[in-house]
Amino acid sequence: MSHDITVPLYRVAHGRTGDKGDRSNISVIAWHPSLFPLLVAQLTPERVAERFRHRSPSRVQRFVLPKLQAMNFVLDGVLDGGVNDALNLDTHGKALSFLLLDMPIDVPQSLAPLLAGDAPS
Amino acid sequence: MNPIDPPALLIGCAAGFSGDRTDAAGPVVDTLIARLAQGRAGQRAFLIFETLAERTLALAQLRRRADPAAGYEPLLDAMLRPVLARCLAHGIRIVSNFGAANPRAAARHIARLARELGIAPPKIAVVAGDDLSAPEQLALLRREFGTRMDGIRLVSANAYIGAEPIAAALDAGAQVVVCGRVADPSLAVGPAMSHFGWRSDEWDKLGRATMAGHLLECGAQVCGGYFADPGFKEVPGLAQVGFPIAEIDAEGRCIIGKADHTGGLVSEATVKEQLLYEVHDPAGYLTPDVVADITDAQVEGLGPDRVALHGVRGHARPSHYKVNVCHEGGWLAEGEISYAGPRAEARARLAADVLRERLDGLALRVDLIGALSILGDDAGGALAATPDAGLRDIRLRVAAAHADRAQAERLAREVTALYTCGPAGGGGVRTTLTPRLNTLSCLLPREAVPVGFEMIEEPAQ
Repeated sequence: MSHDITVPLYRVAHGRTGDKGDRSNISVIAWHPSLFPLLVAQLTPERVAERFRHRSPSRVQRFVLPKLQAMNFVLDGVLDGGVNDALNLDTHGKALSFLLLDMPIDVPQSLAPLLAGDAPS
Repeated sequence: MNPIDPPALLIGCAAGFSGDRTDAAGPVVDTLIARLAQGRAGQRAFLIFETLAERTLALAQLRRRADPAAGYEPLLDAMLRPVLARCLAHGIRIVSNFGAANPRAAARHIARLARELGIAPPKIAVVAGDDLSAPEQLALLRREFGTRMDGIRLVSANAYIGAEPIAAALDAGAQVVVCGRVADPSLAVGPAMSHFGWRSDEWDKLGRATMAGHLLECGAQVCGGYFADPGFKEVPGLAQVGFPIAEIDAEGRCIIGKADHTGGLVSEATVKEQLLYEVHDPAGYLTPDVVADITDAQVEGLGPDRVALHGVRGHARPSHYKVNVCHEGGWLAEGEISYAGPRAEARARLAADVLRERLDGLALRVDLIGALSILGDDAGGALAATPDAGLRDIRLRVAAAHADRAQAERLAREVTALYTCGPAGGGGVRTTLTPRLNTLSCLLPREAVPVGFEMIEEPAQ
């Protein structure tokens, strides 16, 4: 019987942040097509909004791109006004992809060989 | 099987932002020359430099205000000098937005550079129409923004214009096309329109070329730059990361590769990350040339450092141009001080409390670098919810903005005063005061923004 393991998202997917004004977009791209359905099922806009709650997103949209095995999250209002207004050192929010990529994802044991990186010892 | 039809148009990109590496162009140009030498009849190559971000243009406008001969890319000479002669000798034409706030002065600089290099003067075209700071255009913007423009100190006003004037300049024989604010992907779409003779309503072709330009426009970012994550995303030779070259066919389909004998990598993963970079709705990537649609896009690795992009579509372009108006936005004050050793975090937190009490009236952002900084929020909610973990090497950073310079300067003085009035053992104070810029955006109908190009005539020497 196969049990799920819980791993950080960066073992399942990779991604990059972009910014325009006070809007951030974060791509989440599965490392393998077989892992993509896990992302679609678990990485809901609601869960992502919760992850960024301290940044007070006014809206979180998710666009699903099955042919790229990718999703694009668009988060409004999370950059404290954006590059011109934020007091953050990282006014662009360039680092935000790694906040998302640290989220826990449940993966069936049978798919574990497809995960990136070694399991923590 | 080759997924695109020969002979492909070659477009290399040698800069992804103002301040990018000036040794990037050499290997790109060497590779273009080698491909042209082995290529088919009719093969052509272009070199593009993308050097304008949202704020770059306003900063350039400020430099022009201080010196009427300035206001274009400060690294223009350093970027072009190593490659201009070779490009011109091999028929590689150059298209860039390095004209920034003063394309004419950039063109004069390039003409001067050609003279210094002892080469025949190139035909240089200047694309015009993006700069909306003339009085009659400002009146138009005032109608658009209403009271939002009252009382602002304007720095720049520019429309994001498209590929058509670039293509027209190339059709007229320009060897170098100098632009100001054009949409980044248009730097690649213009050469493709001119080379293949596309009409401005061939939406699928324009959409595909736009996404090719989108992959190119950030330079090394599609070649393993901004990608490496040790143990998960390995990039060979990152210190010598190469810059990209796209092969584009008459349908706009493209293959992305990179300069020969460089580090980095072009893989399905690097291309996917860059394809979605700064994209919102994948069905509607808006540019002045087309609405590109990557809903059904796919990438296909063809071999080492060669990836094809399939399935891009295009829809009719927007009826309006996007316009950015930049204005002065007060002052940003920042200050830092470090604490190390036992109870360092507690002492840094106490220093932050002192600053909060002393700097009443300023909305202070507090970072504890080493504990929580850039993933936090300006309001400090995340930091407040993070208990003291006893960390032993913390750099406290505070920041605040204020319209009044004297108010902003208080922050620098109070951080410096921590030397003698703050907690024990603080060191390494640094403070900065920076003028801020703010942006207003609107849409203007295309017919309100006439665009075109002008060939710069240089007197024979």
